[in-house]
Amino acid sequence: MEEDFTPRIVAFCCNWCTSAAADAAGTARMQYPTNVHIIRVMCSGMVHPGFVTEAFLRGADGVLVCGCHIGDCHYRDGNVKTEARAEAITLMLDDLGIERERFRLEWISAAESAKFGEFAKEMTDKIKALGPSLFRRA
Amino acid sequence: MKRIGVFVCHCGINIAGTVDVKKVVETLKGYSGIVHAEDYMFVCSEPGQALIRDTIKQKQLDAIVVAACSPSLHEATFRRVAQDAGLNPYQCEMANIREQCSWVHQADKEGATQKAVRIVRSLVEAVRYNEDLEPITVPVTRRAVVVGAGIAGIKAALDIADAGHEVLLIERNPSIGGRMIQLSETFPTLDCSQCILTPKMVAASRHPKIKILTYHEVVEISGFVGNFKVKLLKKPRYVKEGTCNLCNKCIEVCPVVVPSEFDMGLAWRKAIYLPFPQAVPSVFTLDEKSCLGLDPIRCGKCAEVCTPKAIDFDMGPEVFEVEAGAVVVATGFDLYPMSKLGEYGGEKYEDVINGLEFERILSASGPTGGQVRRPSDGRVPKDVVFIQCAGSRDPENHMPYCSKICCMYTAKHAMLYKHRVHDGNAHVFYIDVRTGGKDFEEFYQRAVEEDRVNYIRGKVSKVFKQGDKIVVWGVDTLSGKKVEVKADLVVLALPLVPSAGTEELFRKLRLSTNKHGFIQEAHPKLRPVEHPNSGFYLAGVAQGPKDIPEAVAQASGAAGKVGALFSAAELLREPTTAEVNDLCDGCAFCVDPCPVQAVTLVEYARDGEMKKKVEVNQALCLGCGVCMATCPKKGIAVRNFTADRFLSMVDAMLTD
Repeated sequence: MEEDFTPRIVAFCCNWCTSAAADAAGTARMQYPTNVHIIRVMCSGMVHPGFVTEAFLRGADGVLVCGCHIGDCHYRDGNVKTEARAEAITLMLDDLGIERERFRLEWISAAESAKFGEFAKEMTDKIKALGPSLFRRA
Repeated sequence: MKRIGVFVCHCGINIAGTVDVKKVVETLKGYSGIVHAEDYMFVCSEPGQALIRDTIKQKQLDAIVVAACSPSLHEATFRRVAQDAGLNPYQCEMANIREQCSWVHQADKEGATQKAVRIVRSLVEAVRYNEDLEPITVPVTRRAVVVGAGIAGIKAALDIADAGHEVLLIERNPSIGGRMIQLSETFPTLDCSQCILTPKMVAASRHPKIKILTYHEVVEISGFVGNFKVKLLKKPRYVKEGTCNLCNKCIEVCPVVVPSEFDMGLAWRKAIYLPFPQAVPSVFTLDEKSCLGLDPIRCGKCAEVCTPKAIDFDMGPEVFEVEAGAVVVATGFDLYPMSKLGEYGGEKYEDVINGLEFERILSASGPTGGQVRRPSDGRVPKDVVFIQCAGSRDPENHMPYCSKICCMYTAKHAMLYKHRVHDGNAHVFYIDVRTGGKDFEEFYQRAVEEDRVNYIRGKVSKVFKQGDKIVVWGVDTLSGKKVEVKADLVVLALPLVPSAGTEELFRKLRLSTNKHGFIQEAHPKLRPVEHPNSGFYLAGVAQGPKDIPEAVAQASGAAGKVGALFSAAELLREPTTAEVNDLCDGCAFCVDPCPVQAVTLVEYARDGEMKKKVEVNQALCLGCGVCMATCPKKGIAVRNFTADRFLSMVDAMLTD
């Protein structure tokens, strides 16, 4: 595997929890690699499984969906639906021949800024180890 | 194609110190749709805003992207700027290159610069798809619900009511008053807590705009700002308010004796009781957990002697719904459990007590009538040890945070003790003495100098019993010497924690907290009395440890915010709600997942054929997008959050 492989990771982050956690990580000047790109969604439950598979097909090396902890959803239970969909997403990735480890669902509350930074590091390391994704752009 | 302008903010060195903003601007020029790109020192400044307004007009821009801080800070600012220049506010997006880029990649300037370019491009894609939207107007119910009737809740209720709005003040206990009514005297003035609180309690009960609902709990809150539906549970009191004349006959005959919550278990009460003499409302409550008479064959003595026939064993719980426009959360605190302070003898020795228990001992209305006597044998203690930070500022074993009020109440406790027991000795073990507050330092100095309280800087290492003494070992870290005090009474300054049951309540109401369970404010500095969830306001220790003046100030602040909300003729709601398009074939997968039942299936005739599709009730839709993620055909989407928009954003982020 090439030494200088820089993974591109797309993170769909809920407006109420994880986007706020990412902001708080910035305010606290926590440092993490530049690989994770945040797309703000109103709720993790807004993320259609197609967004995840399409992101892979368009060349992402990793896709993350992050939202509020179960029970804390701003819209009652959007994240419960996200959790159910995550299983379906994993099966779709199998069909596409994309390693399951490239996709992760994670609950990160607005108070967990440190967790966001750690998670960004962890996923960058994991995906670096996996190497470029099948559909990565040349 | 839309003509898009990009403005990249330096934010002083906050962004420009890490991200090469000039390079970002140069790289962006020529990107599809961008007809203008420039950097500016502080885009949020008035000249910065003027620059955007002028450029929109001069270059006839259709949309703008401001690359600066988090949209949670300045999205409203720049959308207004866009609007002032004649654009629809939704033709403005913010690219967060500060919190989510420059601040978190300080060591990787080149990487941060490249990432900033990709972030801006993705927001350019987003704004390219944005439609013009007009805010949805909704009516506002000018009635506030205040949850918790301690000093913070009472003060918030009074201020909202004085502004002319209706208030429902909800309290789960039989009386309003909260923790403050249990206190003896208050620092730094030493005025009697009950004497200053009871007039406020009476004022709340007499206020024509305030309805006090004690022995009630909040079950559920649905709806949205200005239009909440609050489901309340009325717990059965088994005594009719307004009929009970407080004659006390029931108390005389009641055979059940249980520890009094008001006196922190240092005195007893009957199963039918008035929590304290000045209780509001002034009505007895029959505590169903300890009463025998709910099974009338076994007891029922109180009902027999009740002349006005106020006791009704057949009362049951009632659940009902009220409408409200705003909710103030003032649910207060409990002390950290004594049982967790085993190392200091908590719950092991009767004469190791907590601060609230000592308040009751000091209180003129307390179990000892204000005489300092210790619980085990009623003797007047001659040596009292106060342990500050007994669980606070202890990240390894207990709570990492400072409970803020303990330094001051311990000084007060020691002082009041010395005022009552002139030949007694008060010893205080402390890590630091924090006296940040008006007249606080002077108060502490008074305890040291005038009342000769013995302050020992150091942590207690061991507390154990020897005969009828409680021996406290510690080290004086200033002199380096070991200290031993043979005490008669030990008072622990325990951490303040959110009151029991709030975790469950906040979860039900979907109100976020910090990791210790204190409710989250919308912004730690600039929006300290609002919750991120619109329409919820905060007051008192529910938000974090604070003293009475701070709780009162916050309550008035929350009330002011509620007043401002209620002063609007109608409220504006985000128009980013779900919209159905022609691709919908009425499969109805999206109907059930909607959290607010805003989606319904309708049938209609077209070309002589019956067809189906879903419809969205715009007044109910919250714009969460669960429906669009369920749709297999892209037939429904939240306005300005469409799949095509997201995927273009993804593309922009993945392109070098």
